[in-house]
Amino acid sequence: MSEYAHPEMLVETAWVAEHAADPGLRLVEVDVDTTAYDQGHVPGAIAWNWTTQLCDTVERDIIPKDAFERLMAESGVGNDTTVILYGDNNNWFAAWALWQMKIYGHDDVRLMNGGRKKWLAEGRELTSDVPKVAGATYRAMEPDFSLRAFLPDVKRALEADGCALVDVRSPDEFTGKILSPPGLPETCQRGGHIPGAKNIPWGQACNEDGSFKSADELAALYGGKGVTADRPTIAYCRIGERSSHTWFALKYLLGFKDVKNYDGSWTEWGNMVRAPVERGPERMGTGAA
Amino acid sequence: MSTRSVQRPQDYRRRHDALAGWAVGVVSYRLGEHFLCEVDNVSPGARIARGEGATREEAEAKALDKARERLSRTRIVDVG
Repeated sequence: MSEYAHPEMLVETAWVAEHAADPGLRLVEVDVDTTAYDQGHVPGAIAWNWTTQLCDTVERDIIPKDAFERLMAESGVGNDTTVILYGDNNNWFAAWALWQMKIYGHDDVRLMNGGRKKWLAEGRELTSDVPKVAGATYRAMEPDFSLRAFLPDVKRALEADGCALVDVRSPDEFTGKILSPPGLPETCQRGGHIPGAKNIPWGQACNEDGSFKSADELAALYGGKGVTADRPTIAYCRIGERSSHTWFALKYLLGFKDVKNYDGSWTEWGNMVRAPVERGPERMGTGAA
Repeated sequence: MSTRSVQRPQDYRRRHDALAGWAVGVVSYRLGEHFLCEVDNVSPGARIARGEGATREEAEAKALDKARERLSRTRIVDVG
């Protein structure tokens, strides 16, 4: 069995239970809302709210560099801190936070494999106590946008040979049968997918307990659709959080050198006037366009 | 760190169900004196409702009521 390309990017729940209080380590629960954190979280964890703390609340964007530095400093995260991220919805928003931390050049940030789901299912300790955190000094790097696809990058990918577009939404979202995940508000005008995209729902990368599948299973999953490490790859979903999870798997577990997360995702593409859209199942073959 | 009051989730259960025509996952467990419930939409797996109660049944009923109402708003488009 092959190893992950970067096994150090994942920690197991048992490791966290043992090391959560280690000096130089900051544990963070990242949720789309922090109700779950308030009800009970891993002892020692602080909370980041994806909606208000990791996204610009005026323009649609990641937070700017100065706001990122402030968030890190207030969270007691220095440039040398080991940050362990986990969260609800199977680590979707934790993966987003990791992606954003890598954009700003944080060296040692990892995901807790399986997230909150696995921690709960294992009956591990929870608390509602919020830790008191001593502030830190933080200097972010200039953003590394080689990790992020913007709209022009995706348009170019449609015309270029060799770039793989991976749509990680559910099959019903991909075909256009529904405009948003069941039970969530509709956020786009059109349903369907970017022409030529392959549909590999994010969850296919996970075991039932929420942990990632083995490197061999992941390579077979993505390789089976022509998504291989030798091709530039762009992952997208609806708002970029599920695709952060897939971006993590491709970049750190399979070692893709050129993989980007398109955080504009379907809420950008599916609202754009005259954007080419395909409905129905994916095309046969392995190309992007 | 502040003083810690630590509890373990107990009687954790996850089951699959159908609600308003959609597959859902229902997770419930006891934390201290309360039961907590979360309902997700399985595909793609987003949490869509929570509930809390003195019993599992009460927590699930609250979460399922909210989930049913939200799921019923999901439109289906005929894509042929």
